[in-house]
Amino acid sequence: MIEIQDIHKKFGDNEVLKGISSVFKPGVNNLIIGGSGSGKTTLLKCIVGLHEPSEGDVLFNGENFTDMGFEQRVPIRTHIGMLFQNSALFDSMTVEENIMFPLNLFTSQSKAEKRDRANFCLERVNLAGKNKLFPSELSGGMKKRVGIARAISMQPKYLFVDEPNSGLDPVTSILIDDLISELTVEYNMTTVVVTHDMNSVMGIGDHILFLHQGKKWWEGSNKEIAHTDNKELNEFVFASRFMRAAKAKL
Amino acid sequence: MIQSLGRYILLLRLSFRKPEKFQVYWAEVMREMVSAGIGSLGIIMIISVFIGAAVTIQTAFQLISPLIPKSVVGGITRDSMVLEFSPTISSLVLAGRIGSSMASQIGTMRVTEQIDALEIMGVNAPGYLISPKVIAGVTMFPLLVIVSILLGFAGGYIACFSSSEVTTHDFMVGLSDGFNPVIITVCMVKAVIFGFIITTICSYQGFYTKGGALEVGQSATRGVVYSCVMILMFDLIISRLFL
Repeated sequence: MIEIQDIHKKFGDNEVLKGISSVFKPGVNNLIIGGSGSGKTTLLKCIVGLHEPSEGDVLFNGENFTDMGFEQRVPIRTHIGMLFQNSALFDSMTVEENIMFPLNLFTSQSKAEKRDRANFCLERVNLAGKNKLFPSELSGGMKKRVGIARAISMQPKYLFVDEPNSGLDPVTSILIDDLISELTVEYNMTTVVVTHDMNSVMGIGDHILFLHQGKKWWEGSNKEIAHTDNKELNEFVFASRFMRAAKAKL
Repeated sequence: MIQSLGRYILLLRLSFRKPEKFQVYWAEVMREMVSAGIGSLGIIMIISVFIGAAVTIQTAFQLISPLIPKSVVGGITRDSMVLEFSPTISSLVLAGRIGSSMASQIGTMRVTEQIDALEIMGVNAPGYLISPKVIAGVTMFPLLVIVSILLGFAGGYIACFSSSEVTTHDFMVGLSDGFNPVIITVCMVKAVIFGFIITTICSYQGFYTKGGALEVGQSATRGVVYSCVMILMFDLIISRLFL
């Protein structure tokens, strides 16, 4: 479980996050949504420690991550998997080497065991046999899936995903969403997904945090989101013609 | 300026923290050594032969007095190559070749979030990315400089062979006459320090890249320019201290 308490983040005079608190539970898909510039990615980076919050705390299973130094964070970090917006695969390594990279650094497994784990992860994301390809030889959707395979290689307790569907076609987006959702349940992970894709929201949004102007504007599930009277949230949710048409039919 | 210096020192401190797994770092060191050493051999060989030949011809051209023995040309070529041309000119060329590549590699990793990915995994990113490059730099640069010196002498020999002003025998006599071993010490000190300067400055520029492709290019350019300025500055300092 991850708990964020009154997170503020300032860049100079610009306050991007203004006191956000929430609890992200394991085994469910926690989504952070909001328009561009609402602070979603900044919040995610504060949670994983890529940004230090100006104020507030992030607790991983009750342990205050914000107060920890680099060395103290390492044991928690080895339980974190993250899929980046552009996948962030290491260009100089093959698919297999990318997946085995955290295993090489943080486990004492034999080469055969690491290779077995890499193969298992690749099979899990339907990319069996692509071990020797380089990231430059993969499509956008395949890169995302390799990113997921690398993220789950250490069997993490926490999975963070930044804009999983950006640049992907709707069919591939659904595949990625479903994969994230299945893995969340399978590993009982605390999954936090940053997105502005309404397909993801409606498809896998078990717990949704809507940010607006750096504040928590609304919190609920995908079952509640279409029936809320929150003006800004409605504007966001029904911004697309597809969603407006769907609402009109309801 | 002071802020940048502080960040540079802090980055170096982070770079030399205890590695997560020595074996993985060692593999990176070997890879960087091959890239910096073997990869730079071609350019070093070409420039060294030409510089050696040019220095020999120009020295012979200026020593037209019948009172000065022709073997002096060999001695001047030797000292010029060992003290200045091989360590300094080679390092300036290597700053362009290796330094820009390091800055752009690390800069690209920064803007494509690969460094963030390392940090999320709990990897000490400066240590994993920078320390192997620095180790490769300070070990391979002296070796490249030795190769450069030898090929510079070969260039001088070829120049003597192909012209009638200085005989190859005079040149070879001059190379060994009045040899002072301190010039080799100065040369090696320069090579190690220049290797350190290029790898750390270019890695620093790459590591703190912000933005996109344009900024990666700017970081690489800055890395090379700052490295060249620092090389020339330390060239003077080392020469003043040792000679």
